Amino acid sequence: MPDPDTARPAGARDHARAMAGTRVEAMPTIPAAAGDRPGGVAPEAMVWDETVAAGGYAARILNRGARLRVVDLHGDASASMLVFNAERPVERLNVADTVKVQWNAYLGAGALLLSDMGRVMLSVLEDDTAGHDAFCGASNAASNARRYGDGFNHGAHPNARDRFTIVMAKLGLGRKDIHPCINLFKPVRIAEDGATLVDVGPFPLGRALTMRAEMDVIVVLANCPHVLDPRPAYVVTPVRALAWRGSVTPEDDPIRTSTPERLRAFQNTEDYYLR
Amino acid sequence: MTQMTDSALEDLPGKVIHDDVVAARAPWSHVVRRGQTLRIVDLEGNQAVDFLVYSLADDAERYSAQDTIAAQGNIFLRPGSVLRSNEGAPMMTLTATSVAWHDTIGGACSCESNTLRYGHHTKAQHACVDNFLLVGAPYGRTKRDMVSNVNWFMNVPVEADGALGIVDGISARGKHLDLRAEMDVVVAVSNCPQINNPCNGFNPTPVRMIIAA
Repeated sequence: MPDPDTARPAGARDHARAMAGTRVEAMPTIPAAAGDRPGGVAPEAMVWDETVAAGGYAARILNRGARLRVVDLHGDASASMLVFNAERPVERLNVADTVKVQWNAYLGAGALLLSDMGRVMLSVLEDDTAGHDAFCGASNAASNARRYGDGFNHGAHPNARDRFTIVMAKLGLGRKDIHPCINLFKPVRIAEDGATLVDVGPFPLGRALTMRAEMDVIVVLANCPHVLDPRPAYVVTPVRALAWRGSVTPEDDPIRTSTPERLRAFQNTEDYYLR
Repeated sequence: MTQMTDSALEDLPGKVIHDDVVAARAPWSHVVRRGQTLRIVDLEGNQAVDFLVYSLADDAERYSAQDTIAAQGNIFLRPGSVLRSNEGAPMMTLTATSVAWHDTIGGACSCESNTLRYGHHTKAQHACVDNFLLVGAPYGRTKRDMVSNVNWFMNVPVEADGALGIVDGISARGKHLDLRAEMDVVVAVSNCPQINNPCNGFNPTPVRMIIAA
C-alpha cells in the first residue's frame, strides 16, 4: 500500500482507494459468484454469496423458489435465524406452530418453517448437520455479560439480540419484530424431565443445510455463540450463505405431499399467491 | 362476596384487590404491579390458559419463552420458574402451583394454524390469537406483539425422537397457580377456546383470576 499524505482530501482518497480488492474471509462477494457453489448451479443463477463473520450478521431478501444454503465452514458456527414475509413482514416465522403442526421439535431434512399465518415460508431440502435448536432463542446482552464479562455490541462479545435489533432498524422494523428464532447448527434435545441438552460441537467442517424459499422472504442471520454454550471463551466461527434462483415447488414435490399438515401449509401459501 | 369459606383464596399472599371470572373462550387483561400476586384458578379442570406478559414501562419488552427456557435449562414451568423477558429480565415468578408442570412451547392456537392441524373446516372457529389481538388492541398491540406464550394447565411432552404434541392435561377442578410480578406488567390471557385437541378436555370452561396485594 502506498503511503499517501492523508492531510488533504486527494491523499485521503488515494489512501481509501488503495484498499480496493482486499479479500478477507468474512465478506460478501458482489456480484455473487461462489466458486464453491453446488454442482449444477449456473454462475448466473447465484444471487447471494456472503461469509458472515464470527459474531456478525446478515439479512437477505429471497424470491419464492430460491435455494438458500447455509454452511458451517469450520464446524463451530451458530446462526440464529429470523424469517419474514418480504412483502408483508408482519407475517413471520412462528417457532411454536412450526414444531406443533409437524408434531416434532427436531428440525431436519423434509421439515417446514411455518409462518404465523399458517403458511410454509421455507422447506429444508437437505441437511447433513447434527441438528438445530427451536427452544433456546437468541443470546442477549445480559446472557453474554454473564458468560463472557460483557455482551456489548461494540465489544468482543456481540450478542444475537443486538444483531437482530440492528437488522430490524435497517429494514424499517423494530424490537417488537424480533420473534422467537431458530438456532442453526447447535442441536438442542429435550430430556425426559424437560431439560435442554445442547451439543455445541465442534462439528466436522463444512456441514450445511439447504432450504427452499416457499414465499418471498427476508432471512436474517446472527452468528453469535449459542446462549447455552458452556465454554468460557466466546467461540464461534464464520458461516457461509449461498443462494441461487430456483423454481417454485411443484404439486408432486415429496416434501409438499409428505404429511397432511405440510400439504395444507403449501396449499395455504399457494392460495396466498393466487391474485 | 359471601362470608363462606372460599377455598380458592387459601394461602393467598395478601388481600384480594381484583377478582374476575373469565368466561369460557374469553380474553382478559389486567395490570399486575411489582410485588402483587396473580392467582389463576382452573375452576372446572383441564382448561388451558394462554398467557402473555408485557412490561408496563416498555411495551417492546415482553415475555420470551425462549429466554425463559434457556435461563432455567428446561422446557417445563414448575414452582420457582421465572418468566423472563426478551431482554432476559425476570417478569414474574411461579411461586406456587398445584399442577406438576405447565407448557411454554406449544404456542397459541390460531384460525390459520387450525387449518393446518385439523383442516380448513376449522378456520371459522374461535382461537387464542384472535383473543390476544383483540385484548391487546386498546394498548396499540398488533400481530407483531404475538410471541410464543405460556399455556397454563396444558401438557406438551417432547419424546426422545422429538415427537411432540398437546396431550391429555394433568390439571383438575380447583387446581391453581400463583405468579408474583417482579416488575409492573400487563398480563394478557386467552381462556383457550380450542375444541379440536385435549388441551381443554374438548370443552372450554371458565377460569378465575385473582390479584392480591
